[in-house]
Amino acid sequence: MQTSNEAPAKNTAEDRNPVDRPDFISVKDFNFFYGKKQALHEINMDIPERQVTALIGPSGCGKSTLLRNFNRMNELIDGVHHTGDIRILGKSIFDKGVEVISLRRSIGMVFQKSNPFPKSIYENVVFALRISGISKKSDLDECVERSLRGAALWNEVKDRLHESALGLSGGQMQRLCIARAIANRPKVLLMDEPCSALDPIATVKVEELIRELKRQFTIVIVTHNMQQATRCSDNTAFFYLGKLVEYADTQKIFSNPSEKQTEDYITGRFG
Amino acid sequence: MSAPEKDIISPSGYRPVPDFFKILCQTASILTVLMLGWIIYEIIESAWPAIQKFGLDFITKSAWVPNRERFGVLPFIIGTLASSLLAILLAFPLGVAIAIFLSENFLSPAIRQTMRFVVEMLAAIPSVVYGLWGIFVIIPIVKAFGDWAVNSLGGFPLFSGPAYGNSLLTASVVLAIMILPTITAISRNALASVPKTLREGAYALGATRWEAIFSVILPTAAPGIVAATILGLGRAMGETMAVAMLIGNSSRLSWSILSPSGTLAGLLANQFGEAQGLQVNSLMYAALILIGITLVVNLLGEAVLRYTQKQTAGIR
Repeated sequence: MQTSNEAPAKNTAEDRNPVDRPDFISVKDFNFFYGKKQALHEINMDIPERQVTALIGPSGCGKSTLLRNFNRMNELIDGVHHTGDIRILGKSIFDKGVEVISLRRSIGMVFQKSNPFPKSIYENVVFALRISGISKKSDLDECVERSLRGAALWNEVKDRLHESALGLSGGQMQRLCIARAIANRPKVLLMDEPCSALDPIATVKVEELIRELKRQFTIVIVTHNMQQATRCSDNTAFFYLGKLVEYADTQKIFSNPSEKQTEDYITGRFG
Repeated sequence: MSAPEKDIISPSGYRPVPDFFKILCQTASILTVLMLGWIIYEIIESAWPAIQKFGLDFITKSAWVPNRERFGVLPFIIGTLASSLLAILLAFPLGVAIAIFLSENFLSPAIRQTMRFVVEMLAAIPSVVYGLWGIFVIIPIVKAFGDWAVNSLGGFPLFSGPAYGNSLLTASVVLAIMILPTITAISRNALASVPKTLREGAYALGATRWEAIFSVILPTAAPGIVAATILGLGRAMGETMAVAMLIGNSSRLSWSILSPSGTLAGLLANQFGEAQGLQVNSLMYAALILIGITLVVNLLGEAVLRYTQKQTAGIR
């Protein structure tokens, strides 16, 4: 679709905000197991603040597993355990004092298949606020407009906020899910193949949105689409068989990878 | 045209459904429709003398005096509706609660599987056994509760005395247990088929388990739960044996749920054996009314189901 030199401008080292932390999320010696099966091996990586970090690799390589550890979604599965640590702003997310509910409230997540609730557009967006006990109408109204504008959906739905979210198109539903994820002003936005079920036009819109959203959020995106990684990420991590093979600047990964495995994968020789 | 191409599209490659099989299927489906028509025709024909004699008075009057040929089924219509609704009122919260416990991961899968099996086994117990069990177990309990209720809540018409063992409440309690497997099993299926992505979506936004269940999972499963309730209601209305053994079979109208009452199905079962003359015609008329009521309930249920499905369309 696009070659990498046509890709929109990304943050270069110079215009990165110096106050942004390079280790906003920090993964340390992280191992993860489904029962006896080890899914992640000794992962170490720092994810910088307000940049887009893409996790790529063939199916089953562990990239989604890692993503779902950042908000401890994997704990919904029976029989999982981990060793090592993940820290956000230096604080371990597995600490006894961290409540998983409040952790998830401060991290937005967008899924592969859009999953609007069978409620109105309005109620979908304010779901996170409602469960945090916010019910003042002016607060909710403000949140709906801000979130839908943030997800570039406001103009399309502002006249039918109280209609069912299930009447939207596939691309609109996914942007609604993004609006819902950012409604509570999270610090981090996790995206698990957010465009894999969308048509090319809707994909372009969501990718534009991702580049826009990184001004406010630290974004981690899992993708199977290598063009997508080049188009909208600043850093790329390549996973293979549960190991982090290579992690570097996106441009470097796609133009001059250090590892043979990375090169084989991005040039389509396997995976 | 070359030969292979012709082979692919030639009529000889087409294998029609064998005629005899098609005829078999058609006959079976036509017979089913005819059977329903035949049943209704027979009932109307045998009920006809009573329909001519009593007309709509049969529905609006309460009298059942066979030797004076005075018949009116209002108490039995009310008893049918009241016992079924009361049974649903008792079984619905219990059934949905069990369904939630069986579909969410509160318990280990082994315990859930066992519980599910036990609940479904309730449906395998014959009606007459429920009736006997009701006589020996539920009647004493309801009688004790009734005596207490008359003393402390007696001013309230629903609990006015005296309290009987064979009463509307006894029948409803046993009916509730009998329809519990229907409500539980269908609600459980509805809850279990709520897409995993919706659960994850709720949890990822920081919902607690109860928030996820009450604000996302239950509303999404609502059409299935409505269907479960209506099927339960239909079953309760048609249930005959256990109710006939427990409800007291009285044709006297009463506000109190502690008084004996009667249902249309119970009336038919009790009286048909010894009935003759106009009483047979009247019982057939009562049967026609019972069919009418269950038909209306099913149609209403269908309408509610369609409405709720429309609300949640597009996620399944």
